Amino acid sequence: MLRYLRLLGQWALDWIGALGRASLVWFWSLAGLPRRGDMTLLIKQIYQIGVLSVIIIVLSAFSIGAVLALQGYTQLARVGAQESVGLGVALVLLRELGPVVTGLLFAGRAGSAVTAEIGLMKTTDQLSSMEMMGVDPLHRIVAPRLWAGMICMPLLTLIFNAVAIWGSGLVGVGWLGVDPGGFWGGMQDGVEMWDDIGKGMLKSVVFAMVISWIAVFQGYDSTPTAEGISVATTKTVVYSSVAVLALDFILTLVMYGEFK
Amino acid sequence: MIRMRTLEISVGAFVLAGIVGLVFLAFRVSGVGVGETSGNYVLKAKFDDVAGLRVRSKVSLAGVTIGRVAKIGVDSETAEAIVTMEVSGDVDNLSVDTGARIQTEGFLGGRYISLVPGGEDQLLADGDTITNTQGALVLENLIGDVITKLGSK
Repeated sequence: MLRYLRLLGQWALDWIGALGRASLVWFWSLAGLPRRGDMTLLIKQIYQIGVLSVIIIVLSAFSIGAVLALQGYTQLARVGAQESVGLGVALVLLRELGPVVTGLLFAGRAGSAVTAEIGLMKTTDQLSSMEMMGVDPLHRIVAPRLWAGMICMPLLTLIFNAVAIWGSGLVGVGWLGVDPGGFWGGMQDGVEMWDDIGKGMLKSVVFAMVISWIAVFQGYDSTPTAEGISVATTKTVVYSSVAVLALDFILTLVMYGEFK
Repeated sequence: MIRMRTLEISVGAFVLAGIVGLVFLAFRVSGVGVGETSGNYVLKAKFDDVAGLRVRSKVSLAGVTIGRVAKIGVDSETAEAIVTMEVSGDVDNLSVDTGARIQTEGFLGGRYISLVPGGEDQLLADGDTITNTQGALVLENLIGDVITKLGSK
């Protein structure tokens, strides 16, 4: 009994310790002033994290938009309200699916890569050699990846939303024959710039911070072995996905909830 | 490693794609720029019943949306609902005897406020209250009335 209690306490202390280390990593990476050459590092990371994720984002967005339009149409056509499929799809995408699915894909595509990269750098002692040369690895390695994540995620969400809504229009209007006036007009009537698009983008910024933070920290804090890297990469994907879904619920509750 | 110039161009294209996405969402999806300028002014109206009306419901004149419901409150003295509406500055010549009715869009649609133009020369100003109002028709109450009338015969 006592042993289990001790294990629990140890686990809690480990966990709090990790949270403390993670906060320090985050703080020290973002605290430094920009230096010459930082821009080059940042652009490289935006390319790695953002540009290379565009294809998976566009493909997933198109399929999700098309499927939503198909499913929505089948159900709404029963009551003769197939024109509101546009509004329904747009609201679901802008408020929930856009930021969340982009977050999940981003964690799987970019987050895991960042963790593996930093983990391997640690395993091959690149990080400690940098420190010996007087280069701060937090500034040189971690900070550009954090910033790039926070810049790329909202952009990817915008692309996701636009492509998904365009895809739903293609299926709904072009294929199923929904009246384009009702489809786009209903959408424009019901979608608000701040309440739907703005709040959805706010979600994606929060997700971006959390995912890049988890990815960077898991790499930086990994056990410097081959197994350690694999554990850290798994943890990044699992933690980020759970964090995105849980945070989405909390953010929805706060932003759209009826209680004030 | 890819050359720096290619890298920069692809990152630039990526950012541009994001901006194009935002523009598409703003204009095609949310329809921004339809009279949502700063020239809006506020009107109030008291109703005996606003069942089904929500914040952000439409305010229309002759079937054209000219504003939105901004706030719904209750006047505890008279037990009436006070609806605050934001109306586009383009429509600034509503007379003081303008009527406000709560109507239903389609068969199962949402409630909205329909303004009925009046004939007075004096105009409504920012913050004025519309007195000539007709609240929501509640189907259950109507049915109740009919049943009582039939029963009393």
